[in-house]
Amino acid sequence: MKDIRLLNSPFIPGVLIGPFTNAHPGLGGVCTFVGEVRGEVDVELLELSHYEPLTLPSMEELAEQAIAHFDLMGMLMVHRVGPMHPGEPIVCVSAAAKHRRGAIDAVDFAMDHLKSAAWFWKREKRNGEWHWIEPRADDYADLARWSD
Amino acid sequence: MTVRIVFLGPLRDLAGEDSREVPAPLGWAGLLDAVGPEVAEQLNEQRVNVACAGKVLGDKTALNAQDGDEVALLPPVSGG
Repeated sequence: MKDIRLLNSPFIPGVLIGPFTNAHPGLGGVCTFVGEVRGEVDVELLELSHYEPLTLPSMEELAEQAIAHFDLMGMLMVHRVGPMHPGEPIVCVSAAAKHRRGAIDAVDFAMDHLKSAAWFWKREKRNGEWHWIEPRADDYADLARWSD
Repeated sequence: MTVRIVFLGPLRDLAGEDSREVPAPLGWAGLLDAVGPEVAEQLNEQRVNVACAGKVLGDKTALNAQDGDEVALLPPVSGG
């Protein structure tokens, strides 16, 4: 199964991962990554904006690629949008497969693509002022790992 | 008979609003005129993409938006 969502309120990853795992009887492994808003000095709030007509369809497409490429039984991809506080989960990606390697690699693949190629814009509030976050060279380098 | 231009990410701050309605049809030259010099300067950079009616354009200068279309200005993403 493919379960792709954008959420504008806090979520508890375990609540999603349990049913996702149960939906794949006969699986050999599930790999899950949960990203949280990093707690850094001065950062009061992180806000993620997106563009509805592109963001969710591109996540669906990314999940389909991962399912085909890593021979998955299913993929869960959940991303927060809107304002959030340090310590809150921002992203959860889970892959179910017959064998562990596919599940682990698929999550790594999906995260690298979400970080560098998904339609999200981030800004953070420090000392009462908003600052846009520029793309990082490391994110592009991570993405390049998957092009052969 | 309008096209809605949507400013995303930092371009929203430069434009001073979320979106703007302009007369249809809208091509590349019309878009540059409609958004003001600061946003136009950004649009001319390769790293800024343009989507029309939900599709990212391979060649943004070939923009040809019709009545009812939404044109989104997409600065580089800062990742998920």
